[in-house]
Amino acid sequence: MIKGNFIDNLPKVYGIYTGGFLAFIIIMAIAEQMGMSAKVIGICFVAFTVAIYAIIGWLSRTAQADAYYVAGRQVPTVFNGMATAADWMSGASFVAMAGGIYFKGYGYMALLVGWTGGYVLVASLLAPYLRKFGCYTVPDFIGTRYGGNLARLLAVIVLTVASFTYVTAQINATGTIASVALDIPFQYAVYVGLVSILLCSMLGGMRGVTWTQVAQYIVLIIAYLLPVFWISNKIGAGFFPHFMLADEVARIGDLEQQFGFVANSKENLALVPKGLAGITKAHSAVNATPWAFISLALAMMMGTASLPHVMMRYFTTPSVKAARKSVGWSLFFIFLLYSSAPMLATLSKLSLMDPSLPTGIIGKSVADVQAIDWYQNWNQANLMFISDFNGNGTVELNEFFMGGKAVVLATPEIAGLPYVISGLVAAGGMAAAMSTADGLILAIANALSHDLYYKIIDPKAETAKRLVVARVLLVVIGFAGATIAAMEIQGILGSVIWAFDFAMSGLFFPLVLGVWWKRANREGAIAGMALGLISGAGYLIWVRNGGSGFLGITQLTFGIFGSAVSLVAMVVVSLITSEPNAATQKMVDEVRVPSGRTILGKQ
Amino acid sequence: MSKQAQHWEKTRGLLMVTLAIWFVFSIGIFLFGAEMNEVTGPFGYPLTYWFTCQGSLGIFVILIFWFANRQEKIDEEFGFSERGDD
Repeated sequence: MIKGNFIDNLPKVYGIYTGGFLAFIIIMAIAEQMGMSAKVIGICFVAFTVAIYAIIGWLSRTAQADAYYVAGRQVPTVFNGMATAADWMSGASFVAMAGGIYFKGYGYMALLVGWTGGYVLVASLLAPYLRKFGCYTVPDFIGTRYGGNLARLLAVIVLTVASFTYVTAQINATGTIASVALDIPFQYAVYVGLVSILLCSMLGGMRGVTWTQVAQYIVLIIAYLLPVFWISNKIGAGFFPHFMLADEVARIGDLEQQFGFVANSKENLALVPKGLAGITKAHSAVNATPWAFISLALAMMMGTASLPHVMMRYFTTPSVKAARKSVGWSLFFIFLLYSSAPMLATLSKLSLMDPSLPTGIIGKSVADVQAIDWYQNWNQANLMFISDFNGNGTVELNEFFMGGKAVVLATPEIAGLPYVISGLVAAGGMAAAMSTADGLILAIANALSHDLYYKIIDPKAETAKRLVVARVLLVVIGFAGATIAAMEIQGILGSVIWAFDFAMSGLFFPLVLGVWWKRANREGAIAGMALGLISGAGYLIWVRNGGSGFLGITQLTFGIFGSAVSLVAMVVVSLITSEPNAATQKMVDEVRVPSGRTILGKQ
Repeated sequence: MSKQAQHWEKTRGLLMVTLAIWFVFSIGIFLFGAEMNEVTGPFGYPLTYWFTCQGSLGIFVILIFWFANRQEKIDEEFGFSERGDD
């Protein structure tokens, strides 16, 4: 069936894969009709998809440095776009984003704008130039452009801090989903998730991760879009929700007026289980100040352009031209999911709020709602809660509480979709969290093995030895991440946002100025990275410990302060020290044109 | 001026245009978020709400493809484009 070279056959291979996955969904739907239990369906979905990823990981095994670090630099633009989209869209995007929009409305949607707008910066400021450079890792660029082990080491440190903050959240998310779908305790589920993650990346490095990420993207986008379209059609909101939900958005606004936002007393709120929230913010009204919105969006955009696990995806394209196009495709594939999240939030909210829909619960009697199957299920899972605070016997808007994850996980069930969809959603969430975790763990392990071990500690190491070190580090970092995730210190979304702030504090300006400002030199870059990271982290610690902050910069946007310090430090120190030598300046000139050999050549 | 310097000047010009468009749709319009939301936007959604759900996101996608094409043209004009790959 498949002839010739693998790369030429990609559309065919993934076409067959997609068809196979759709067939699997249909088989599961039939099995459900024939009486297969919800639990078995959930296990089948997660086990089947994870097994496929593991097989892809095994088939992609390699012993070559070029394949291990940059997938042989032959990933076509569209497929690299899909892989980047999966790399990018984390468990948080998949499971928590629609929930965030549902509860916080406009103020939260700054994240949508920020997490997409950042790609414009990636495409125009960085990706094509770093691809021309021909590096294996982001610190590789910093180390060569500025020269010296200290600059390289600092880049490794910033990368590790940012990516590690992020990866614990992703392992946490795989653990959450595995524990629900496989019905095992979270502490063990975290390690099940970790093993699945390592299966994809350990043998094939970047090559394995690339081809599993494409497969994971296909699963996660089907799992996200299918319920959105299905629910929209089912409640008669329109067959293409993205273009047709204006009436529903307006209806939610009317219902909000009708019910009114009643604040709960402290005593009543104390009865609500931790992590659940009620609807307290308007759905489509502007409820944040311009600066609150813009500062969050800006921090996410600059963070996007500094996160190494995204940047290194563009090292795998065949050319500079392809790297640019590939950023466009990445954002297109991300757009498909991000533009659907607000629609899902709208449909979910309307299903629950509208008394004229059979699924609506506001205004119904408390006893009736508590008798509904899905309410009992999700109440048991600690993701839903109702209490008759005012004692009038009916559910009011301020008496219904839900967890953020429930919007994605529970809405199919609430809307009365068959259980097979819930199984599919679990597989999608697993795919999203695994793909991001893989990208991040690989970014850290590659930076430590290539930049710290090979470039700084043992420059004469053989390829075989380097790859062994890379794999050992991969496992060690994975286990460290899982151990911290098992302690459940921080919520999924909080640590994701911190990662962006750390990355932009330390790396944004050293990367951008490395290409765009010839005068930037080693001393400047060192000052920029060190002072940026220290001041950003310091600001976070200060605000966390009750500091008031300034200029409206919160613990979610501390990167704005960190990167501003980084910029000033880098410019001032560069200007008071001598300009870079002629060889470095020539190197910058070469980076700026796409043609010719890469700077680092074939390593 | 050398060919390379001219190429870089044009590249920088394109960057400025790209970043200006990016700035308008990621930051500029949200300075007037409350006022704009009173207006009905595409498909009947409130305008600011539409931009946060679809508008800005879609514009970024188009912007990147447009940028990539323009940059390719600039590279070709000065003979700096790569050959034999896509």
